[in-house]
Order: sequence, then C-alpha cells, then structure tokens
Amino acid sequence: MIATVNYFEPWYVQIIKAIVLFAVGLQLVPLVLVAERKILGRFQHRYGPNRVGPFGLVQPLADILKLVTKEQFRPKTSIGWLFALAPIVSILTAVAAFSIIPFGRTQDIFGTKTGLYGVDLSIGPLYLFAFGAIAFYGIMLGGWASGSKYSFLGSMRAAAQLISYEVSQGLALVGVVFTAQTLSLTGIVEAQRGMWYLVPQFVGFIIFLTASFAESNRAPFDLVEADAELVGGYNTEYGGARFASYYFAEYLNVIVISGVVTTIFLGGWLMPFGIHPPGWVDPFVVLGKMCIFIFLFIWIRATLPRLRYDQLMSFGWKILLPLATVNALVTAILVVST
Amino acid sequence: MSWPPPEGVVQPIKGPDSPGGAKGAYRAFGETLRGMKTTFARVAEGTRTYQYPEEKVPVYPRFRGRHRLHRFEDTGLEKCVGCSLCAAACPADCIRVVAAENTPENRVSAGERYAAVYEINLSRCIFCGYCEVACPFDAITMGHDFEMSDYDRSDLIFTKEMLLAEPMERTPLRAEGE
Repeated sequence: MIATVNYFEPWYVQIIKAIVLFAVGLQLVPLVLVAERKILGRFQHRYGPNRVGPFGLVQPLADILKLVTKEQFRPKTSIGWLFALAPIVSILTAVAAFSIIPFGRTQDIFGTKTGLYGVDLSIGPLYLFAFGAIAFYGIMLGGWASGSKYSFLGSMRAAAQLISYEVSQGLALVGVVFTAQTLSLTGIVEAQRGMWYLVPQFVGFIIFLTASFAESNRAPFDLVEADAELVGGYNTEYGGARFASYYFAEYLNVIVISGVVTTIFLGGWLMPFGIHPPGWVDPFVVLGKMCIFIFLFIWIRATLPRLRYDQLMSFGWKILLPLATVNALVTAILVVST
Repeated sequence: MSWPPPEGVVQPIKGPDSPGGAKGAYRAFGETLRGMKTTFARVAEGTRTYQYPEEKVPVYPRFRGRHRLHRFEDTGLEKCVGCSLCAAACPADCIRVVAAENTPENRVSAGERYAAVYEINLSRCIFCGYCEVACPFDAITMGHDFEMSDYDRSDLIFTKEMLLAEPMERTPLRAEGE
C-alpha cells in the first residue's frame, strides 16, 4: 500500500465534512477577492470597491452573478469538449487540494471524534503536489483548446513554469519532512510543538513561498496570465461561468497555499509561547495565520513587476533549485548527526 | 548639454555585473524587501480619491462649463438684447437666437429688442467660450457646471428659461492656491 489515511470517521461524518469544507472554501474565495481589490487599492492611494453593499463587501457576489448569467461562447477554432473540461479540472483540483489543510486537532463533536480537516493522508505534501500538477493541466488544456495564439503562449509558459518550480517546491519541503519524520500534515503540525519550522527551516520557507507564488500564477510570476502582453493568457477566450471557475480556482489556490504554508512552517493551529486555547479556537488560529499569507500575496502583487520569461527560468533553475538542494542536504546531515 | 555630461550632473548607479549566483539571490531578496517597504509606506499615506458623485472635484474659476444667461440684478431685466453675435461667433453653430421687439407693456430686456427664443444645443457645444467673448453685454457667460449627461438628445437643448435659472447644485469652486 502506497498511501494510508491516518484517521477517518464514519462515512456520514465524512460526507458532512466534505460539504462543510466545500462551503467554507467557496465562502473564503469571495472574501479574498474583495480583500485583494480593497488592499491593492490602498497600496495605490485609492479605496477599491466600496459601492456594492456595506464597504463594497457584496462586490464579488455581483461580479460572480454577472459572470454566471453571461452567454457561453467559444471560438470557432477551439476544441469543444476540452474547452469545457479545462475550467472544471482547474476548480476541482483546487478544491481537492483544500481538503488536506488541517484546521485543528481531532475533536469530540457531539460524541463523534472528528478531525478538523478533509482527510489526513500519510502522504500529505505529495497529494498537494499531485493536485498542483493536475491543476496545471486545467490551465494548459484551457489555453491549448482555445485555439488562439495568446492562449497557446500562456499555456506554454504554464508548462515551462510548472517544471521549473515543482522541483524546488518539493525539495524545499524535504527539509521539513526530514525534521518532522512524517509526511502527514497533522503530524508535521504536532512536530512543531517546540518551535515552528519557520525558524529552523527559514531557507526552505523562503524557497517554498517563492515557488508557491509561481505555482498559483500570481505576481511576480503571472507570466501565464500576463494581462499586458498576452491579454489574459490561457483565459483569453473564456467568458461567463467558465472564466468565473478559473478565477475561483486561482483564488482558491492562493487560500490553499496560504493554508499549506501555515501548516508546514507556521505551526498550523499551535499558538506560540505555550498558549493552549480550547479546541474550537484552532480553526480561527489557522485562518488568522492564513490571512497573513494572503496579505503577503497581495502585498507582493502590489510591489513586484512581472519577471521576464528567461529571468523566471534562470531564477528557478539557477538559484532556487541549488538553494533547495543545499538546504535539504544540510538538514539531512544535521538530522542524522543529532 | 554636451555628452557625456560633466561630473556631478548625472550620477549613474552601476548595476551588478551578473544577476545570478548566490550574491545575486541575496541582493534580490534585500531589494524585494526594500520594494515592499516602499509600497507599504503608500498604504500609510491614505487615499487621495474623490468619492465623485457625493464629493465633487472643485473646478478652477475660469473653468468653462455650462452656459449661464444673466439678468440685471437691480431691475431684473435680461441682459441679452437678442443681437445674435454669440450665434455668429459659435464655431459649432449650436446657438439659436430669435429676437423680438420690446414693447412698453412687455419689457423683457434693457435694450430695444430681446431674445424671444434662446436655445443652446449642448450636445453640439464644444465649450470654447467664444460666445462669452462675443457678447457685448456680458449676458452669456460660461458657468461651472459640468454634469450635463441626459437620456435623450432633445433634453440637451437648453432653452432660455433653463439657462437663466440658477443651477440646481452649485459646483464647488477651487479656493485660492489650491
């Protein structure tokens, strides 16, 4: 057996958990959307959306409503079924990756022991990388099936970006896995009881975060979209609900990556200085830590210009990969010698 | 100016020889942090946006907005005598004046004649202000109102009564030195 599930509940609890996770995940996306637009506005001396509803909070709902009610159309040159499938792949993989983020330890809810996560796999990070790689299929197929040159360029860039970043992202986690001696995300969180991995694995943290920016196709690595040169890249030809699902997937990826970084480097639901809050606080601790990273994502987007294509490749292969390898080696030596 | 410029005029900041390597990575990290500090300082400065429909941008005193027709303040008579000089000066040909004789029973303007019809088609007006310059009695001036959008083109033909009336809302005027 390659992978095992560490702890699982009766089937009805799992179904309830799946629904709750999906609901929570899709609730977070509009919040992140409006937060991004408002915070980005502040970075540029403006307010951002503040007309729809109180403080413009209903703005994403209005946007989504508009997109969903729009006409579905596709270019004559597109491959129909692939064109329709690609956004579905994108959003499904994003939601699937969301399920492994642990929001708290196993708890007693109405007499049933329930884990506050979708599933606790013995191969947590691998599951994440697997779905991260499949998510790129959503982008690549979408761009390719559109039958438009800009979309095609975008999807080619996505392919190149994927191979140059998945490697360093994986290697950056190797150090953590060595130290924690487990691949289960809940296990990794429990292993951080003494000290968050942010401190001993700082290099790994920086590499993982950088690679995550590339993985979620966001500034400064948003070459795949590159609105200025590729007019949207892979999603140029998309409109209406299909575009909305791409958009959702992108922001859900941001949330997932914030959650993963929180789990692996920031001690998940653990509080610093030995504070032990009751169990129901755990999800809020995780969400709070995730907010830090979501803000960082927006901050970086407001700061850094888009990298050129060759700069991105050389940065990935010449800087991140050697650094990640050295980090993994040093960690291995230190773990073995102590 | 001669090239290359003399010392002290231009101070070129020499970039690094190669962007790669460990040194380059370290430098890139430091510069990223510096950039993030710069952008975050913009948040602290606050917003500089006018919340437009509620909060209007003040205009300069010489701003040429919608036309106004004027009356004499003491007698209440119209200043316009229906001479059609504004219509003659108008490059967009958007002013239509039909003059009529003042009679002792019906005295509208201070002069011999008055404008029985005075219409400005604001959908054609280019706001050049030549009418204002042409007017010998300062009867027509350019006001400060700029919110003139409407649902129908025929609604943009302003009649004499509309031009004589005070605007519904005053456009804020920019203060001295602002």
